[in-house]
Amino acid sequence: MTAPHAAPSPRPARVEELQARIRGMQATRLDSKAVPTHPALAEVLPGGTLREGTVVQVEGSTTLLMALLAGPSASGRWVAVAGMPEFGVEAAARFGIALDRLVLVPDPGRQWLTVVAALADVIPVVAVRPGGRVSPAESSRLQARLRQRGTTLLVAGDWPGSDARLGVEASEWRGLERGHGHLAEREVVVSVAGRGEFVRRTRSRLRLPGRHLEFAPAALGPAPGLADPIPLDDFERRATG
Amino acid sequence: MTAELGRTIVLWCPDWPVFATCRETGLDPTAPIALTEAGLVFACSPAARRDGVARGLKLREAQYRSPGLIVHGYDADLDARVFEPIVRAVEAAVPGVQLVRPGTLAMRARGPARYYGGEDAAASALLATVAEHGVPGARVGIADGPFAAEQAARAARESPVGIVPPGASAAFIAPLPVALVVDPRTATLLNRLGVRTLGEFAALPAADVRRRFGAAGAFAHDRAAGREQARVIARTPPPEFEAELHFEPPLDRIDQLAFAFRVGAEEFIERMRAVRLVCTGLRIELDDERGGHSSRSWLHPRWFTPADVVDRIRWQLQGAGSADAGLASPIVRLRVIPERIDSTGNHEEGLWGGGPDERVHHGLTRVQSMLGHEAVVTAAIGGGRMLADRQVLVPWGDRPPERTSDAPWPGSLPALAPASVFRERLPIALLDERGSAVAIDERGAISASPERFAVGGGEAAPVRAWAGPWPVVERWWDAEHAKRVHRFQIVDDDGCAWLLVRDHEGWWAEARYD
Repeated sequence: MTAPHAAPSPRPARVEELQARIRGMQATRLDSKAVPTHPALAEVLPGGTLREGTVVQVEGSTTLLMALLAGPSASGRWVAVAGMPEFGVEAAARFGIALDRLVLVPDPGRQWLTVVAALADVIPVVAVRPGGRVSPAESSRLQARLRQRGTTLLVAGDWPGSDARLGVEASEWRGLERGHGHLAEREVVVSVAGRGEFVRRTRSRLRLPGRHLEFAPAALGPAPGLADPIPLDDFERRATG
Repeated sequence: MTAELGRTIVLWCPDWPVFATCRETGLDPTAPIALTEAGLVFACSPAARRDGVARGLKLREAQYRSPGLIVHGYDADLDARVFEPIVRAVEAAVPGVQLVRPGTLAMRARGPARYYGGEDAAASALLATVAEHGVPGARVGIADGPFAAEQAARAARESPVGIVPPGASAAFIAPLPVALVVDPRTATLLNRLGVRTLGEFAALPAADVRRRFGAAGAFAHDRAAGREQARVIARTPPPEFEAELHFEPPLDRIDQLAFAFRVGAEEFIERMRAVRLVCTGLRIELDDERGGHSSRSWLHPRWFTPADVVDRIRWQLQGAGSADAGLASPIVRLRVIPERIDSTGNHEEGLWGGGPDERVHHGLTRVQSMLGHEAVVTAAIGGGRMLADRQVLVPWGDRPPERTSDAPWPGSLPALAPASVFRERLPIALLDERGSAVAIDERGAISASPERFAVGGGEAAPVRAWAGPWPVVERWWDAEHAKRVHRFQIVDDDGCAWLLVRDHEGWWAEARYD
């Protein structure tokens, strides 16, 4: 192989980033197709998009969940939200989720896992807040079904063996002062942990939402000690199964 | 057209919409009642008419003229539904009936007149038939052509039967206003031209009328001149599809009832399928042992299968309970009436199966049959200031309500909507620096700036930023529904933003921007 003499990047951060990208590409299984995802999340998600048949945990932010749902919904897919009675419909509509292709099951009760399985059969993107603990056996059964149907499951809670974990680590609102103003935009630090190939836990900054109700990667500006993305020590990552 | 062939009987039930509404809701028909459509009076009862209420009046004007007016919305389906048994009864007495509109029937006069021995006798027989079904004050008009016959029925004041002798129809309708046969714009024009009655209109040369007003004008001219070409077109009685079951002994469990109707539901759907019809909406009526009655319409986004019908019965009975729950009172009678029927041709599956939406529908129906009708919802944005009012959840398969969110709603929140809207507001505490709750006085001023914030009984954490109070005053004129609250936006120590509400009971979290 006659590779051109590319000058090796002097910065180890650059190397790290390239390695992460290689790992991201390797993670693409042959059978798992990409689901259209909001461009703002391309930097955040491992591999750059949501994938069919995967489980993504979303912790601590309904807006982040809506951002994940907005991409598939805008591309004409149906989305379902189960077990989240407080899911704000108006916010969902403003953030670009088509309400005529949104199905809500606010109270699935004890049968929530069956309901999720039934929804996953027909709806390509399902978000759920688990109504109880899931045993690894149940979760792998459901995940086999998800892979077969090509459904993406977003979990607002714990899930054994999820493919990626997104969480909001810090959030900072702008526009509201002490006694005046109103909430206008927010910048959050989203931490992402993958499993398997994506061992590194990275952080990125997002505007969730921006001043015009849009989602966008936040500028790298004067972030206090937070570059984008930052590989952390491997010890820091939590085992996800 | 010979006069003999054109002779027509019209049976007219005055104020039919009001009568139908009274029968359905149990109102007293002698009270002043008005039915409205799009803010205008559509029909009114005789008592209301005596007070000066008339069709086309604005609702407010009608209420001004008749202060005790009972107002209901006009429901065309209800009109037709209540009239249907009467049409059937008249069809049993006189074949070949045309349903002009609910409340008005037309039929040819020749057959009944011969059978009953004269037009008078036929009219009396019809009135007797209708009176048997509890419809008082019906009128019959007999004349040449349906238009003249209807006018004869409406003109009959002293006796309930108005008969215009053959050939005299043109003279009979001549003094009536011209607006009866033409649309309002043309009527205004004709009035300006000095043509006020049908007689004057009929006197115009037919060729000139056609040239000036076109085919519609010529048709109206023929009507005005008593040369009506329209004949009675008898309706084909629709086949009977409804299913009824009586239970002896009465059934007191939902699963028993669902099982008992399983075969009935299949027959019910199969009968429609045999004539290539599908049912897209039906009404289920249940009578229990104590005389209770439950009636509800169910719509289907596609069409009902037998299992769907059984599901709807279960849902109607169980409400929020589970499937094996007992009923408060045993059911003695079950009736399923198709309300919307469509040809199968409009619902044919494509050559390569249905679209993806069909699969979605099947899947959601499965979830519905697991959890109940109300458990699977689609959402729409409604009107209102409080967030809970603004999200309208519609059970899968039902029709979404009219949108009112486009209205400006002064006092509602800025465009950024909270991602979590609590169904039940969370009790919170908002404290000032001395640790006492922040209060708002009558004039909307706060006692001190909020410094600490706690959800439920939790630990109080510092407030980073806040704004408020933003007052929301709703329905101050209505003591029962009046609402006066103050809203705050705050950001807590974790960087999470909240929408807080202060009402007379205390502090609540309405929503969270998370």
